[in-house]
Amino acid sequence: MTDESVSDFAVDWDHTDPRWVHDPYPIWEDLRGRCPVAHTERYGGAWFPATHAGVSAVATDTEHFTSRTVVIGNGRPTEEAPPAPIGVAPPITSDPPFHQIARRLVLPVFAPGPVRDLEPMVRALCGRLLDALAGQREVNAATQYAQFIPPAVIIRMLGFPEADEELFREFVHVVLEGVNHPVEERIEEFAPIEAYLDAQIEDHRANPRDDLTSYLLGVEVAGQRLSIEHVRGTMVLVLIAGIDTTWSAIGASLWHLASHPDDLARLVAEPDLMPIAVEEFLRYYAPVTMARLVKDDVDFLGCPMKRDDWILLGFPAANRDPSVFPDADRFIIDRLENRHLAFGLGIHRCAGSNLARMELRVAIEEFIKRYPKFELIDADAVTWSQGQVRGPRHLPIRVG
Amino acid sequence: MRVSIDGDRCQGHGRCFNLAPDVFGFDDLGNGVVLVESAEDERTIRLARLAQVNCPEHAISVDD
Repeated sequence: MTDESVSDFAVDWDHTDPRWVHDPYPIWEDLRGRCPVAHTERYGGAWFPATHAGVSAVATDTEHFTSRTVVIGNGRPTEEAPPAPIGVAPPITSDPPFHQIARRLVLPVFAPGPVRDLEPMVRALCGRLLDALAGQREVNAATQYAQFIPPAVIIRMLGFPEADEELFREFVHVVLEGVNHPVEERIEEFAPIEAYLDAQIEDHRANPRDDLTSYLLGVEVAGQRLSIEHVRGTMVLVLIAGIDTTWSAIGASLWHLASHPDDLARLVAEPDLMPIAVEEFLRYYAPVTMARLVKDDVDFLGCPMKRDDWILLGFPAANRDPSVFPDADRFIIDRLENRHLAFGLGIHRCAGSNLARMELRVAIEEFIKRYPKFELIDADAVTWSQGQVRGPRHLPIRVG
Repeated sequence: MRVSIDGDRCQGHGRCFNLAPDVFGFDDLGNGVVLVESAEDERTIRLARLAQVNCPEHAISVDD
């Protein structure tokens, strides 16, 4: 079914359709004007609210919607989806009341203090990546720069061997871009990931050290250690949610600067603008959409939603809603009022947002310090990822 | 001017302490904390209002 091309996104949307992958914004604008909640029979039945109000209503409603599976699969969720409230990757797949327990365990690790301590490491890493590009006039900013930054940080946090970065990117690709593979294939694809994590868990059990893996193995809730499923699930979450997402945000921001010389010149001239500019990058190029499942049949946003229908939360679409953001389709580098939803809304606000924001800021700061001028070589050569995380995967630019 | 954060609404987006670190801090979980609860100087008021209009959860109040 998903091989057939979409004729009308209002009644047959598909987030893996090449047009949606290449440039989803006109599609969402059209949906906001006439739906504003789109439906599709694909994936076993799914909804897509295109407005800020619609996305907010679902994101903040844990009574009618469950987070038990947040990545849309090939069909309706079946027995392979673990039950609420824990889910496969707590806390993102958890519902209240368990959600709060799982979330409180990880929040201190990603709080601003520990993230600040990581900043010098990220800055040094960016410097080394840029050193390696010295002498090149043409650079692929996605595959030679942005791609390397988040995995290095996550590997260090989890305490895995640094040599495994490449393997990590492969894992992330498998999980996020294989949404249309048959279930049997998906299970096969996941096996090496589970085996790798189990080996790391064994190693950390034998040799505990000061990292997130050892923390998860040692932490207690009400006098009990976490189950191995919980530990492995949170590791999967950090791995998946911490790499592709930030890589995409860095890449999209560099893509913008490579194609908007005025914004690049202003950012180079006014480094103090960076905290404001970073939020506009996040609003305009929010990389992440997350799914929910309908708990029980319900009429919501005027739609007859059925139990186990998917809902895709288009945070990037909400961020372009002109009823909330004046000139929503204009990138305004000094936009002062910006309540964007790049990191979601409500109890599932991205737990790693402080880390992601720091990596994004440092990655751009170091890049434009080294290259105050750069431009796209060929706009048509830029390709974008498919799935629930959107960012440039091929970004050839001319520097210097 | 008085500044406050509704702890029930705050989800730790971190927008306030990133944009206005002189007025807002954070706790161990990364939720926002008000550092300067009342002020009359123009700069503090401007920063408090900047944080207010950037909070996605509408958790910040700034009263005259």
